[in-house]
Amino acid sequence: MLNPISVSEKFQELKEKNETALILYTTGGFPNLAESLKIIKTLEESGADIIEIGIPFSDPIADGPTIQESSHVSLMKGTTLKRIIGNLKKLEIKIPVVFMSYLNPLLAYGKEEVLLDMNKNGVSGLIIPDLPIEEASEWIELSKDYNIELIFLITPATPPKRRKKIIQESRGFVYCVSVLGTTGIRNKMPAYLNKFLKDIKKNSETPIALGFGIGTQKQIESLRDKVDGVIIGSRIIEAIKNEENLKELIANFKEATKRQK
Amino acid sequence: MDKNKAKYNLPDEKGYFGRFGGRFVPEVLMNAIYELEKAYLSLKDDKNFKEELNFLLKEYAGRPSLLYFAERLTDKIGGAKIYLKREDMMHTGAHKINNTLGQVLLAKKMGKQRIIAETGAGQHGVATATACALLDLECHVYMGTEDTKRQKMNLFRMELLGTEVIPVDSGSKTLKDAINAAIRDWVTNVETTHYCIGSVVGPHPYPMMIRDFQSVIGKETKKQILEKEYRLPDVITACVGGGSNAIGIFYPFIEENNIKMVGVEAGGLGLDTKKHAASLCTGGIGTLHGAMSYLLQDKDGQITETHSIAPGLDYPGVGPEHSYLKDKGIVEFTAISDEEALNAFNILSQTEGIIPALESSHAVAYAIKIAKDMSRESIIIVNLSGRGDKDLEIVEGVLC
Repeated sequence: MLNPISVSEKFQELKEKNETALILYTTGGFPNLAESLKIIKTLEESGADIIEIGIPFSDPIADGPTIQESSHVSLMKGTTLKRIIGNLKKLEIKIPVVFMSYLNPLLAYGKEEVLLDMNKNGVSGLIIPDLPIEEASEWIELSKDYNIELIFLITPATPPKRRKKIIQESRGFVYCVSVLGTTGIRNKMPAYLNKFLKDIKKNSETPIALGFGIGTQKQIESLRDKVDGVIIGSRIIEAIKNEENLKELIANFKEATKRQK
Repeated sequence: MDKNKAKYNLPDEKGYFGRFGGRFVPEVLMNAIYELEKAYLSLKDDKNFKEELNFLLKEYAGRPSLLYFAERLTDKIGGAKIYLKREDMMHTGAHKINNTLGQVLLAKKMGKQRIIAETGAGQHGVATATACALLDLECHVYMGTEDTKRQKMNLFRMELLGTEVIPVDSGSKTLKDAINAAIRDWVTNVETTHYCIGSVVGPHPYPMMIRDFQSVIGKETKKQILEKEYRLPDVITACVGGGSNAIGIFYPFIEENNIKMVGVEAGGLGLDTKKHAASLCTGGIGTLHGAMSYLLQDKDGQITETHSIAPGLDYPGVGPEHSYLKDKGIVEFTAISDEEALNAFNILSQTEGIIPALESSHAVAYAIKIAKDMSRESIIIVNLSGRGDKDLEIVEGVLC
């Protein structure tokens, strides 16, 4: 086993430092596999606390245009789940790596096979956006056997009783979705967000992280006292596309996650 | 009696037909599909709802549809008697209206103000637009740009009916991508919007609910064939894209013995090429658009592109109940090529004066293929799911 630290341990460490976790997403194999591996390393070196790697899928129904397109480009370049897993180890990433994959590529790989290979190559968590808790019992059991933390999502449309069930099942962190909708940058956070986060925080002993729509330092600053982690995806993909200075962007994001006493 | 058939009572409470079906959707939709299931289960046996829907089906859509003995076709082929279940004569030109009237009425009772739908051939889009015009709900239909080109007339029909048609330019630009776009809209507007799915695909309760709405086809067929022939048929056949017209005619016969039911998939340019849409004949098991079912995918689980001359069959997945019926051997599945379908299109047009939809032509082609080796005492029923007016341009392009 290679992963030096699990997602849960990372959150514990950051709590002690009074910081919110900076979780950065990138699509595996975008803009191509070699570049993508460099980007993953850059994310780590520039201040990410956790890296979320998106496994490209032909039909990403939960994603907005930015991530859809990156997924499409990645597939056109011949990226596969196998090739992503196979190239991770040599990067020697020292922070937790989490996969975000739609169910079908995982099924094609084989449930136990993929969990085993993830574990062997230093991946510590897994998010499956089209696997609700009703369908997940086998994955919940198997992921424990292979030491992979299986992370579930809660959305503003999730009723209170159901939120509790999801909190119970989710390991590593609870992925809170800020909006009704797909992934993508949004200028404004919805009015109900504070109440939504408070309610989940109150009920959860597991750390909670907020994703979908976050893309500025300002947003991070306004969120850092309310959540244990922020997840930034589409903004990273856009920065890669526009060849922005990733290091600087991420360093600023990381700065914003540090709570003022 | 076959033990698989005895007391057929599926799906189970989790939405499974054996190992197929389920609810593989993003969390944001889970509450909506529970609400839909609850509303459907409470209304489906409600006297008022049933009366209202039956009234619309009869007085507005034109039910029951005819069961027509195609005597000239039968004579030309020279074998089994071929009957056509004339869903092509329903209002808007296909069986799709059976489902959309049911779903839009249900959505209205649930207090939804906005309806979205996907369409391939445009038949489901038109049927949804029609139901929304009649029941006064806002309607938006997603359609791949490949299909807006080849089914231009239906695009215009939807617009005439007051529906906004949203072209989808991603992926293969056909039905699959229209569904992706519709799901993304639904995820965003889930609180106000009902997603009116057009086939027996998607997460539970859709495959069950749409089957129930479409099973009016099979119920009528059973009654009509008993009136005409005093017995049940030997073969029932229907084309299968997602599979709603097929399950509609098969379902009321599932517990019967000695009826061969055959679903006909799009063989495109041939099953040995990659240019087809025969998920049940050649696919593997996986999840797409909310359900576990057979689908066309590569070894890495990426959904592959499909081809069919019939836009309504041009889809890499299939309803989970069909996957179950295949595995249990209750229904047989086969494929008909573009060329065979076109040939059947011509034969039916010229012998009976009925121009079938290219989708339905696949089932006609299968009937023609097997009828000649059967006796004149045998009976084949073809579900003629739609009419061919929408396809004239495609056919013109191939023939001229």
